[in-house]
Amino acid sequence: MNAQAPAKVAGYVLRARELTKIYGEGVSAVHALRGVDLDLKPKEFVVFLGPSGSGKSTLLNILGGLDTATSGQVLFDGLDITAADASALTRYRRDRVGFVFQFYNLIASLTAEENVALVTEIARAPMPPAEALALVGLASRAHHFPAELSGGEQQRVAIARAIAKSPELLLCDEPTGALDSETGVTVLEALERVNRELGAATVVITHNAGIAAMADRVISMRDGCIAEDRANATRVPPREITW
Amino acid sequence: MRALDRKLVRDLWALRGQVFAVALVVASGVALLVMSLSTLTSLRVTTEAYYQRYTFAEVFAGVRRAPERVADKIAVIPGVQTVETRIAALTTVEIAGVREPVMAQLLSLPEGREPLLNRLALRAGRTVHPGRDDEAVLLEPFAEAHGLRPGDTIGVLLNGARRPVRIVGIALSPEYVYAIAPGGLMPDDARFGVIWMGRDALAAAYDMQGAFNTVSLTLLRGRDPGPVIAALDAILERHGGTGAVARADQISNWFVQNELAQIRVMATILPTIFLVVSALLTNAVLARLIAIERREISLMKAFGYSDLAVGWHYAKLALAMTAVGVILGWGIGAVLGRWNTELYSAFFRFPFLFYRPGGAEFAISAAVAMGAGLVGALWAVRGTLRLTPAEAMRPPVPERFRDVALPERITSALDSPTRIILRHMLRTPLRSGASVIGVALAVALLVTAMQWNDAITLLVRGHFQQSQHQDAVIGFLEPKGPAALHALHRLPGVMAVEPLRMVSGDLSHGRFTHRGALTGLPEGARLQVVHDVGGWDIPVPPGGVVLGTLLADKLGVVPGDRIEVEVLERDHPRFTLPVAAVHETWIAMPAYVSLSTLNRGMGEAPEFEYAMLRVDPAFDQALFDAVSDLPGVASFTVKRHAIEKMFETLGDTILIFSGFFIAFAGALAYGVVYNAARVALSERGRELATLRVLGFMRAEVSYILLGETALLVLIALPVGCLAGYGLVALLVQGFETELYRLPFVILPAVYGKAVAVILLASVLSAAVVRRRLDRLDLIGVLKTRE
Repeated sequence: MNAQAPAKVAGYVLRARELTKIYGEGVSAVHALRGVDLDLKPKEFVVFLGPSGSGKSTLLNILGGLDTATSGQVLFDGLDITAADASALTRYRRDRVGFVFQFYNLIASLTAEENVALVTEIARAPMPPAEALALVGLASRAHHFPAELSGGEQQRVAIARAIAKSPELLLCDEPTGALDSETGVTVLEALERVNRELGAATVVITHNAGIAAMADRVISMRDGCIAEDRANATRVPPREITW
Repeated sequence: MRALDRKLVRDLWALRGQVFAVALVVASGVALLVMSLSTLTSLRVTTEAYYQRYTFAEVFAGVRRAPERVADKIAVIPGVQTVETRIAALTTVEIAGVREPVMAQLLSLPEGREPLLNRLALRAGRTVHPGRDDEAVLLEPFAEAHGLRPGDTIGVLLNGARRPVRIVGIALSPEYVYAIAPGGLMPDDARFGVIWMGRDALAAAYDMQGAFNTVSLTLLRGRDPGPVIAALDAILERHGGTGAVARADQISNWFVQNELAQIRVMATILPTIFLVVSALLTNAVLARLIAIERREISLMKAFGYSDLAVGWHYAKLALAMTAVGVILGWGIGAVLGRWNTELYSAFFRFPFLFYRPGGAEFAISAAVAMGAGLVGALWAVRGTLRLTPAEAMRPPVPERFRDVALPERITSALDSPTRIILRHMLRTPLRSGASVIGVALAVALLVTAMQWNDAITLLVRGHFQQSQHQDAVIGFLEPKGPAALHALHRLPGVMAVEPLRMVSGDLSHGRFTHRGALTGLPEGARLQVVHDVGGWDIPVPPGGVVLGTLLADKLGVVPGDRIEVEVLERDHPRFTLPVAAVHETWIAMPAYVSLSTLNRGMGEAPEFEYAMLRVDPAFDQALFDAVSDLPGVASFTVKRHAIEKMFETLGDTILIFSGFFIAFAGALAYGVVYNAARVALSERGRELATLRVLGFMRAEVSYILLGETALLVLIALPVGCLAGYGLVALLVQGFETELYRLPFVILPAVYGKAVAVILLASVLSAAVVRRRLDRLDLIGVLKTRE
């Protein structure tokens, strides 16, 4: 991408250093991130916890190439995301990162399979849409439109859409935020499965502390800083999580 | 200001792009309506005032020579109010520095008093002094065309004798609002004028002492001219009456009234198109706003606002949008109305011009536009009434698309963005249909505006080039015999000569009568031929008459029938003629016979009054000079000049009008396309932002947003071409008159140009919306529900 790109950082998918994000200026300036350092390893499942305004969404947006940092650096497989232009960021999102949103954001006029195909048609090394749907247990619902699917099913279609491009990084912003606990579990199971089978580093941000149990690492944020970064000795299956 | 009204103002500001687009369409409709109606009122009021103030006559008649005492008989016809006799003659004029032939209508002025009828509106100088035979008053446009002023002298041929005449006054006349030479189609002020001279001078020159050859009448209030004309014709018949006509058929007034009728047609059809589209647009904008504001509406209802109050709130928004357009339209319409009225004054010469829009046109246009806006609003507002507060608080269910699922065979062949486009279009067929209609009407308007020029070119070509192969026509005061043809052959540059005779007459069949003329052509005529606009010539029949289709329809005859002819000249001979053929023409209602048939019918030896010449252009000037010296010449027309003048005049007006219509139709297309794209962006902004997050490029996302609009435009283009075809057919029919009709012709290039203009307007509006795509909030969509 860039002649001066730093060399790949061995053993990490992504490495962020001294990330700050300030909204506004002067007295009205809001410090959303205050010098965050973060390393993500391949296949890692990381859960970010924190109250509203702690900076976790801002961090996710910067890691996903949706927003730019005020200062600091993010390296993704040798690509300096913080220095990339708009078109490079688009390519980054298109080929390397998968997104799952709180409100699914499916295209209402496309069936489940077509929603997945939307991404596979443009990605660099996609898997067949049917395979992605099978991974999230929705092979039988492939030809249904979003309006004909439950919330949990819609979110699983969104996960299939996110992973069908075989991303190296999967970013999920409150993926169970709009779902009841039973449906939430099926969605988390789908996330757990794709993480296990595809090996994409998975980042989930949530208010729900219970979800932390299924992660390799749990990072808590407060006031734009990482307050705690701990590893779980064992990952608890989503079925056994208590909400 | 109440809180809801404050919301209204802010909504208007937030929607300013769309408000402007709707206002633009409303303004176009209102402007057209105000322009047409105010022009109509101004011309009508001006004409009526002019006619009244200068006592324009109500019945006109020509006669070969009638003694003055006949006037007393005319005066006692029941219903007649005022009678005035005059002496009239066609002649040629010599003006210093002008080498081309100039024709003039000579008219007598009473000695020592003002005329009773058809009084002159003196613009400069004075009228002719009693007893002076060398003074004249000139029609203003004629004087202007030659830069003549009181004090200047011109040479007038009085019954063959050249006489220097001093101009003492410049005037306008209600008889010559539209000053057109006999047989002409357009005023040509440089080559045809009107000259008034003292009665005694003309009587002496034309041997009319104690006699007259034209008479004008006014009638008692409310009298039908029909019976008066019949009585007048009966009185004048034995003196060689040429048939009386009512004011409605007086040539100048006919053109004025015909123009008013055409403006009326325009004022009905065209603004309607804009206002229908504006209702559709208002509906689309409001329906979308209401969809976005579901929560606000339910809140208002939860707080206790009634359905009516909520509905009225949105209806006011529609009215406010329309009002912006109305005010804009008023301004443009008033300016265009004045300009248009002044443009007419180049053809129609009035001594004064009343441009005083009465307010009615403004009130009518506002009422019509507001009504259209309200209809559009009510339809959209119905939706708010159905919303219950609780329902509106729940997030909307994703739109259902099962109903518009395309066959698998089709969808599997498409990429996802194209699938999105097609399904959205099919899901809202009414709205898609409205956009198609809007753009199609814009295309139709353009096709209509752009074909005028071609139609008129074709009309002129058909008339002057396909049926007339002569270069010049000489008219004589008295019929000439065959020997005169040989004399004409010897004139410089003349290569061929053919005679022509034209006599006015009543042509009838059963109860149908047409007051027109018979044109006599030599058998095997080559300079003037009977041409069918279908592209072929019809030989002059030895015994019968060839009629134009319009005339044949009017008389209800087909080839093989016989028509009766009463010649309105000489002794009014009557005879019948078989209809030999019928042919299609654009101009006038011709009836052609062979010259020998005509002369036989008239009971006269072979004679002619006009000679058609084919001339070597190198000898133009020599010929002009020779014709000026020829005795008994009443007129000399050069065809080239007539064509040039026609195109010059038409070029000025038609092109300006086409320009207007291109601007208005462009505004229409812009308004429709911009709104379609804006509504799509508003509905799909969230989806598009999601796609951007998923890694779609700007161009790919633009394709989804603008692809639908582009597809609608593409569908609208052929529909619009068809609609244009229909609109042209409608207008051609609406504009058909006895004197001419417009050819129904739309050249392929017209469709091409119309499509190009609409594509340009579409691209422009799409580009404006496209800029908004760059400002999509990518982060917002992750965190908000719809």
